[in-house]
Amino acid sequence: MPEGTYLYAVARDVLSQCPDGVADLPVRTISGGPGLVAYVSTVPLDRFGEQPLRRSLEDMDWVAETARAHHRVVDAVAAATATAPVRLVTVYDGDGPVRDLLDRRGQDFLRVLDHVTGRREWGVKAYAVASADGADGQDEPAAATPHAGRPGTAYLQRRRANLRGREQIRRQALQRADHIHRALSALSVAGCRHRAQDPSLSGRHDWMLLNGAYLVDDKREDEFAELARDLGGDGVELRVTGPWAPYSFTVMETR
Amino acid sequence: MDRVMQSGGPMRAGYGAAPMNREPTNLGDILERVLDRGVVIAGDIRVNLLDIELLTIKLRLLIASVDTARELGIDWWQHDPWLSGRDRELVEENRRLRRRLSALEQEGLDA
Repeated sequence: MPEGTYLYAVARDVLSQCPDGVADLPVRTISGGPGLVAYVSTVPLDRFGEQPLRRSLEDMDWVAETARAHHRVVDAVAAATATAPVRLVTVYDGDGPVRDLLDRRGQDFLRVLDHVTGRREWGVKAYAVASADGADGQDEPAAATPHAGRPGTAYLQRRRANLRGREQIRRQALQRADHIHRALSALSVAGCRHRAQDPSLSGRHDWMLLNGAYLVDDKREDEFAELARDLGGDGVELRVTGPWAPYSFTVMETR
Repeated sequence: MDRVMQSGGPMRAGYGAAPMNREPTNLGDILERVLDRGVVIAGDIRVNLLDIELLTIKLRLLIASVDTARELGIDWWQHDPWLSGRDRELVEENRRLRRRLSALEQEGLDA
């Protein structure tokens, strides 16, 4: 059966142990280039060739399982050493081309690995939550307006005030998110904002104001966690995910 | 909805007390990262998501109509203007044009 080489990640060190990878296949390493190590699995092309993948990628269970397996390997490597994660389903025609890649793009990989050494990625999501101190109470003052005798006018005024209030809340929330992102970025080596997740993806109905990723020095992790805690409150809830392999800070396109 | 998965490998797993506001790693976060970030490699490769970029788009669109997608909590493509209805046609057209171009290039080489 023809086989391919599935690439998970590139690092500088060989792990003594690594969890199984996609399709429960064992993970091994290929060394090459300027002291680089590629983490790979040998995969059957009847499952990881282009045509079979076309079908498999339409099967959400398969996608979920494969994404988890890919992540599991990347995560294990990243927990031990500086790692450049490679995008899901990157399959080579054998080990030769992987060695070529390590040779040819060795300096680029080293640059990326240097950048993430001694650092980890943290995710911070900010949600707008209904605050207890009554942002919802804006209907109240309208009852005391001079138009009390004209219910229609009073209603329209109230409605206008309400919309204005909501727009203001929206603007303030976005400013707050900008502020949070700036503060977290200032404590990080690098920070970036990703598209806010839909409620069904985040698993929460609250509006996501910020979906940020931050590359943080190991020494400053506690400080970062503390800041993420302090920046929350007053209608905004911050949730931290991680540590992650530095997926968001190893974006590199290579040929 | 989220299947909880342990993050952090064996070596640095217990590096300290988890802050109060930590959220468990969910599938959405994982997919966001493994599909959209990290090192992208093109050229002399058997298959990757660049080769099959249209496939991923299709995947994202396809799962929009599948119930399991909701169960898995995946529908970020709905908010991706690039993937929304009108642009899908552009993507298709782009693909047709690229195919045409490579055919023409091939003819040029053969001539």
